[in-house]
Amino acid sequence: MAKIVKSEEELGWKDIEVGCTVSQPGNAAQYKVGDWRSSRPIWDHAKCVKCGVCFLFCPDAAIHKIEESYFEADLYYCKGCGICAHECPTRCITMIEETE
Amino acid sequence: MGKRIGIENSIAAAEAVKMADVDVVAAYPITPQTHIVEHLAELVADGDLDAEFIPVESEHSAMSVCCGSSAAGARTFTCTSAQGLALMNEIVFIAASLRLPIVMILANRSLSGPLSIWNDHTDAMSVRDCGWIQVFVENGQDLFDHVLWAYRVGEDPRVSLPVMINIDGFIVTHVIEAVEYWEEDQVKRYLPEFKPVNVLHPDKPVTMGAFGVPGIFSEAKKAQDEAILASRPYILEGWKEMAKVIGREYRPVESYKTEGAETVFLTMGSFGETVSIAVDTLRGQGKPVGQVKLRLWRPFPFNEIREALAGVKRVIVIDRAISYGGPGGPVASEIRAALYKEKNMPAITNFLCGFAGRDVTPDDFMKMYEKTLELTKRGAKVREEDYIFYGVRE
Repeated sequence: MAKIVKSEEELGWKDIEVGCTVSQPGNAAQYKVGDWRSSRPIWDHAKCVKCGVCFLFCPDAAIHKIEESYFEADLYYCKGCGICAHECPTRCITMIEETE
Repeated sequence: MGKRIGIENSIAAAEAVKMADVDVVAAYPITPQTHIVEHLAELVADGDLDAEFIPVESEHSAMSVCCGSSAAGARTFTCTSAQGLALMNEIVFIAASLRLPIVMILANRSLSGPLSIWNDHTDAMSVRDCGWIQVFVENGQDLFDHVLWAYRVGEDPRVSLPVMINIDGFIVTHVIEAVEYWEEDQVKRYLPEFKPVNVLHPDKPVTMGAFGVPGIFSEAKKAQDEAILASRPYILEGWKEMAKVIGREYRPVESYKTEGAETVFLTMGSFGETVSIAVDTLRGQGKPVGQVKLRLWRPFPFNEIREALAGVKRVIVIDRAISYGGPGGPVASEIRAALYKEKNMPAITNFLCGFAGRDVTPDDFMKMYEKTLELTKRGAKVREEDYIFYGVRE
């Protein structure tokens, strides 16, 4: 993804636009919400039927298809809400605690 | 020169708003602001002012509409008092952080309770830290001139901040005075077209009022503080240019008979004129008394205050509001902060008076002078918490 604005760490007060206006659209994609996460989803491919329910229900659109049509979460965006694990019809997703 | 006419100050203020050719007026009626907004409603209804008059259902909506219209690039006006200001409080702060150059006249009235409709500065002090440019004006002419000044300064793209004009309710708003209207060409010369820094328009979509995460919130606050500090030269420029156009010059801090003065009264708003009478009388008795009027409340004119009070022995600060359980009056608190560690810092006495429109006469101010001499005898220290509710019955 092309970087549109400076990251939180780089952004100084002089970089802030008048009235905190956001004039470049789409930069919310740059905002890392993955660091809110306290647990992450892990897929058990033995149980997964590749139905895509996890992909459809993810409120952050953080789940995408990988090789052999399995799914995984993009940890830059995954907040660890656990909706995917809750909705999975085969219970193939486990939420494991983040240790760091 | 414009025509000088006898008129109720509220009507004159509304006429000044008309001369500023505002696009949107959104306001809810509240005493003692009423006549200003009523007259604007008439001007719009009669076709004398080509603006949208939006009769909202509350002050919260009034300020919300103002934010929307200002963000869309419309020159916007509103007006309120006391409880109305309290109800719009949330959005008042947002208008400043969005840097929207709305102009509001605040017809100063006591904030309840007890319930009151009369004049003091308790409402203004409830939004002291809202981030608007705030001035206190003294009379009808002052009010008229400052409506045009407020648009010029606030809308300056180097400023882009809302401006609040404080005027004492009833005591000034409902009084008939001689007010000199500006000529159309003077307004044209003084007040340029509003060109907003950012504008809500589909041709160039922007987001206003976005979420501020902890990682940038402090930076946003710093930027806002720097913005109001940086507005100072344009505030001064607004007054200097006004002097060129209409011949009246205003300053952040104005002095009266301070030459050789040992004791100086410090006021904001309409008390300035009453104190002048007391100062004249005391000077007539050979007493070294002067007066300093604080016009610009935010951004606070620290240097001008220090200059104006340099070398005086005593400062009598008159406050029309209180910070309960705190350092007394908010103005005195600021003056003490400004003078702290100055060489030969004067003794500062603080009188709280004129609450809810109670009359304070030149005689009363002379009594405060006597009391100050007594309190500061032989260099006695007056501490920060030593404030006096003047004239309160036991």
